Amino acid sequence: MTTTTAAEAGMLGCHACGLLSRPSAAGHTLECARCGASLHVRKPYSISRTWAFLMAAAILYIPANVLPVMETGSLFGAQKDTILSGVVYLWTSGSWPLAAIIFVASIMVPGGKLLALTVLLVSVQRRSSWNPLERTKLYRMVELVGRWSMVDIYVVAILTALVQFKALATIKAGPGAIAFGAVVVLTMFAAESFDPRLIWDPLEERQRHG
Amino acid sequence: MAEAPQDFDLPEAVAASKRRWSLSIVWAIPIVAALAGGWLAFKAISEQGPTITITFKTAEGLEAGKTKIKYKNVDVGEVKQIALSRDASEVVVTAEVVKGATPYLVEDTRFWVVRPRIGAGGVSGLGTLFSGGYIGADVGKSSQARRKFTGLEVPPVFTSDVPGRQFVLRGHDLGSVGIGDTVFFRRVQVGQVTAAELDKDGNGVTVRIFVNAPYDQYVTTNTRFWHASGIDLSLDAGGFKVHTESLAAIILGGIAFQTPPGIAVSAPAEADAVFTLFSDRAQAMRLPDTTVKSYAVVFDESLRGLEPGSPVDFRGVLLGEVKEIGVQYNPVGKQIQMRVEVLIFRDRLISRMKMMAPEAKDPKAFVDTLVVHGLRAQLRTGNLLTGQLYVAMDFFPTAKPAAIDWTKEPPELPTMPGGLQELQASVTGLARKLQKIPFEQIGADVHQVLQSADKLVNRLDAEVAPEARATLAEARKTLGTAERTLNRDAPLQVDARQALREISRAAQALRALSDYLERHPEALIRGKREQKP
Repeated sequence: MTTTTAAEAGMLGCHACGLLSRPSAAGHTLECARCGASLHVRKPYSISRTWAFLMAAAILYIPANVLPVMETGSLFGAQKDTILSGVVYLWTSGSWPLAAIIFVASIMVPGGKLLALTVLLVSVQRRSSWNPLERTKLYRMVELVGRWSMVDIYVVAILTALVQFKALATIKAGPGAIAFGAVVVLTMFAAESFDPRLIWDPLEERQRHG
Repeated sequence: MAEAPQDFDLPEAVAASKRRWSLSIVWAIPIVAALAGGWLAFKAISEQGPTITITFKTAEGLEAGKTKIKYKNVDVGEVKQIALSRDASEVVVTAEVVKGATPYLVEDTRFWVVRPRIGAGGVSGLGTLFSGGYIGADVGKSSQARRKFTGLEVPPVFTSDVPGRQFVLRGHDLGSVGIGDTVFFRRVQVGQVTAAELDKDGNGVTVRIFVNAPYDQYVTTNTRFWHASGIDLSLDAGGFKVHTESLAAIILGGIAFQTPPGIAVSAPAEADAVFTLFSDRAQAMRLPDTTVKSYAVVFDESLRGLEPGSPVDFRGVLLGEVKEIGVQYNPVGKQIQMRVEVLIFRDRLISRMKMMAPEAKDPKAFVDTLVVHGLRAQLRTGNLLTGQLYVAMDFFPTAKPAAIDWTKEPPELPTMPGGLQELQASVTGLARKLQKIPFEQIGADVHQVLQSADKLVNRLDAEVAPEARATLAEARKTLGTAERTLNRDAPLQVDARQALREISRAAQALRALSDYLERHPEALIRGKREQKP
């Protein structure tokens, strides 16, 4: 399949409205003539930015899973729950579907996202031409699924707001919740700053030279 | 647009690229994340306290990751793991203690599981019914650090922060004393029993008690301890006695202590001092009898009601007690005699005879003198109801002379037949005398007398009664006549009244005559003169 890409033709595609424009010689920052969004051939410093976000997320992934997400205080004593202990509790108490949902949404998805983005970045940096279509699909999935990891944070936020009966029962968000929220947000940033067009660039180069 | 000059070899201007701020800012994010993560990790590591292991017999109520360790109800740690020991005989609890509590993990720190406990003394740990058990801790005073502990199966009665002192009591048996029982001082609850165990040789028990401050100052080196367990009923020659400490002691038992009166107040006892635990108050408060002399007394009468421990008394003063009761054969009189061995506490005798102190220097001579003056032992009834006996020492000046044979061991004190025996003898004599009286003869005589009396009465009835009746009728008639005569309108009365009236008139006439004669005495001769007109 021989295609001419915008980059090859020296054109710029707008990220926002998709208008194709010619680069202007004057000035270094270019704007879309139609919507005013800044124009780049490729997202600027996409790889390093993604790496930055990804590393931050990976670092915070540890406290997110180790520190308690929720602190329950009641008449009969205080309890601190991490995400995993919550899953274990749900599993042992028989709520298997719920345990599975939380496990998938809060542990597998963020972990999977970190892994997927790492794979994408490494492959792009090594200008690999391996399975570009699959990798693009993986990227789309990462982008799509990102926000669903916030389920846990929603639960904690709602419970914290609802259960405040002073001495009888209180629920507080633990430090793990902040870390977990940061992980989710940072992975979303990482996915956003990654330019999937980079996946296809080595392929085209090879075509041109080969 | 002007044509660019081709001839000049001019350097091309370099387009200054914008400084890569965006890139550096982006890299700040993982740095911040790394800092935050690093800080959290540092905090977690720095806050992590030591890990300790505690062994228990059972892990009932304990849960890994949930059960807390509390000291004064403050969380100082959490159970991380519960596992069986290698030989599966114990449970090894691994717990993480907060860093701030590290100095408290010393040699004599104690741990126990707090569970709801309901005993006769009260209810404890009720809060754990809902929250589950926790491990209680009591911080020791030692400075030697320790990480492996053996948990207590029962909560300690007192914690080390309670001021007071512990004492050790050695007793003959445990009675009804149990761990946690109350210690009384003048019926005030001043402490508790902390441990009670059998001695290793099985010959007694050792009880540990804890006396709270400030009451521990009343425990002196001379203090006596005794069982205040339940109700102390005693029935002896002294009568019927009930002795208790309090209602709680009746139900739960306890230990009481006091310093006997009359002993000089001594220094407060050291902590962990050892005392004897007496079985009752009387025994505990008995004065120390240092010199004990035993004597034998031999009786001919029954010893029913006398037992070892029965009092030996001199006119109401307790001198000693019966030690042993036995039987001996007397070859001289070919008799079986009752031999009683008594213990005489000489100190009492002497302390109460201070006035005779010079004589008391030679006790044998002194006792001999007393015997010569009539000192004898006698069995007496202490309690008529129960028939309890005691040995009384008293002086009988009329007693047959006797002497103590000091060669025997123990020496034998002369005795007197008991009061009961004497009474028995006189009653027997009286009965014998009564038997001699000819009751049948007396009966016959009395019968005869009664018969003649009957005859007499019969005769009286037949002869005297009619006569008497006639006499009475006559008398009544006479009385009727007299009554009639004396009536107001009876003729005798009227006549008498008229006669009296006549007499009074006559007396008037006589007065008139005498008056006239007084004035006219000549009339006696000349007669009454005619009155002249």
